[in-house]
Amino acid sequence: MHSHDHILKSFDSELDRLYDEIKQMGDLAIAQLNAAIDVLNRRDSNAAARVVANDDAIDALENEISMDVLKLLALRQPMARDLREVYAALRISADIERIGDYASNVAKRSIVLNNSPELPAATRIARLAKTANALLADALKAYADGDAQLAAKVREADADLDAMYTSFFRELVTYMMEDPRTIGACTHLMFMAKNIERIGDHATNIAENTWFVVHGDMPEGERKKEDRTSE
Amino acid sequence: MANFHLNVPQTATVTSTTPVKLSARDLAFYYGDFKAIKELSLDVPENKVTALIGPSGCGKSTLLRIFNRIYSLYPKQRATGSVLLDGENIIDSNYPLNKLRSKVGMVFQKPVPFPMSIYDNIAYGIKHYQRLSRADMDVRVEQALRQGALWDEVKDKLKQSALGLSGGQQQRLCIARAIALQPEVILFDEPTSALDPIATGKIEQLISELKQQFSILIVTHNMQQAARVSDFTAFMYLGELVEHGSTETIFTKPTKKQTEDYITGRFG
Repeated sequence: MHSHDHILKSFDSELDRLYDEIKQMGDLAIAQLNAAIDVLNRRDSNAAARVVANDDAIDALENEISMDVLKLLALRQPMARDLREVYAALRISADIERIGDYASNVAKRSIVLNNSPELPAATRIARLAKTANALLADALKAYADGDAQLAAKVREADADLDAMYTSFFRELVTYMMEDPRTIGACTHLMFMAKNIERIGDHATNIAENTWFVVHGDMPEGERKKEDRTSE
Repeated sequence: MANFHLNVPQTATVTSTTPVKLSARDLAFYYGDFKAIKELSLDVPENKVTALIGPSGCGKSTLLRIFNRIYSLYPKQRATGSVLLDGENIIDSNYPLNKLRSKVGMVFQKPVPFPMSIYDNIAYGIKHYQRLSRADMDVRVEQALRQGALWDEVKDKLKQSALGLSGGQQQRLCIARAIALQPEVILFDEPTSALDPIATGKIEQLISELKQQFSILIVTHNMQQAARVSDFTAFMYLGELVEHGSTETIFTKPTKKQTEDYITGRFG
C-alpha cells in the first residue's frame, strides 16, 4: 500500500482509488471462479450462463483502471515508487481481466459438459480451482499490503498448482484411452484445468508486479514450473 | 583529459569508465558563518548532462556559483576543498579567473541580454579574449547563433536590439553568448523557469544537442525537465549531496528515502 503523505492530497486519493479498483476486480475474479466451479458441480447451465455474463463487470473495471492510469500519468507525472505503483496497477488489472476470462470459460464449458453424462474426474477441477483461488487471494493480499515476502511465496507456490495440473492431465489421458466415448467431455475438462493452471500463472504475475512495486526490480531466479504436460 | 573517473556508488547503470570533466572534492562553502555546502563530492561527467535537484535553499545554485567562482566577487563568501577541472583546482585563487570564465559558461534563470544589438551580444564576450577580423567575427557570431538554435530567427536582424527578442529567444541568445566563448562546461541555473512550454522545449532540445560538445550541469526545480534532459541526476538537501546516479535510476528507483520523498512530492 502506498503511503498517504503526498503534499498534494488528491494524488493520494487517486492512488487509493487504483488500489480499491484492483481489490474490487480481484474479489470479483475470485467470486467468478468459485461460481464457475459451483455451477459445474451442480450442472446448472442457467447459472453458468449468468457467470459468463458477469465477466463484463471485470472488463468494465479494467477499462476504468486503464483510464485512471492514463489520467494519473498525464496529470500527476508520477515518479519512483508512485510510478511503479501506477505501472503495476495497469499490468495487474490486465492479469485479473484474463483471470476473469478463464473463469468465464470454465463456466461456459460446464454448459457443454451438461450434455454428457457426469464424469467423476470433474470433481478434481474443484481442487485445482481451490488451489488457484488461494494463490490469487494471496497475490492480491500481497499487492494490497505491499508485502513482497508474501508475493515471493506465491511465486514459489504456483509450482504446486502446476504439479496438480500435470497429474490431472495424465489422469484425463488415461480416462480417454480407457473409454474413448469420454474424449469429448474429457477434452473440455482438460481445457478447464488448463484455464485454471493459467490463473495460477497470472496470480504469479500479480505477485511479481507486487515485488516490483516494493523493490523496483523483478524477483531473482526463474519461476518454478511444474507443468510437465508438454514434455 | 584527466585520469579520473566518475564515481557513482548508488547506481548500477553508470559505468565506472565515464570520463569526468569537473570534480568537486570535500567541497564546503560559507556565506559568512553560514555553511551552505557541507563537504560535498560530486563528479560531473564529460559530454553528459547532469541535473541538480533539491528543495529551495539546498545549495544547488550555490554549487553552480562555486563552479565558476562568481562568489569571489562577494566578501565573506568562501569555499574550501577543491573543484578540479581537467585536474586543475579552479577554486584556487591562483587559477586565473579569465581562464575559468572562458572554460565554464553560465546561463541564468532570467535571460539578461546586453542592451545592444543581437550581433554585439555575441561578439562582446569574444572581443575580451580574442582579436578577430570582421570576417572571422562574423563567422563566430553565426556559428554561436546556429549552435544556440537562433540563427534562422535572427539572421536578418542582427543589428537590431536584443531586447526586442521574445523571452525564449533571449534565453537562446544568452546560451549562444555563452557558447561563443567556446567553453568546455556550461552551467544552467533554472534556464526555462520563465519560459512557456514551446520555448522550454526548444531550450531542452538545444541542451541535448549541446552535450555532444560540452559538459552540462543544470539546476532545475522541474522534475520532468530533469528527467527529460539529463543523463545523471544529483539530489541535494540541506547542503549535502544525498544521492547521485543515472537519471533513469533516480526517477524510477532511487535508493535513498529522502530522494524518493522529494521526487514524488512528499516534502519540499
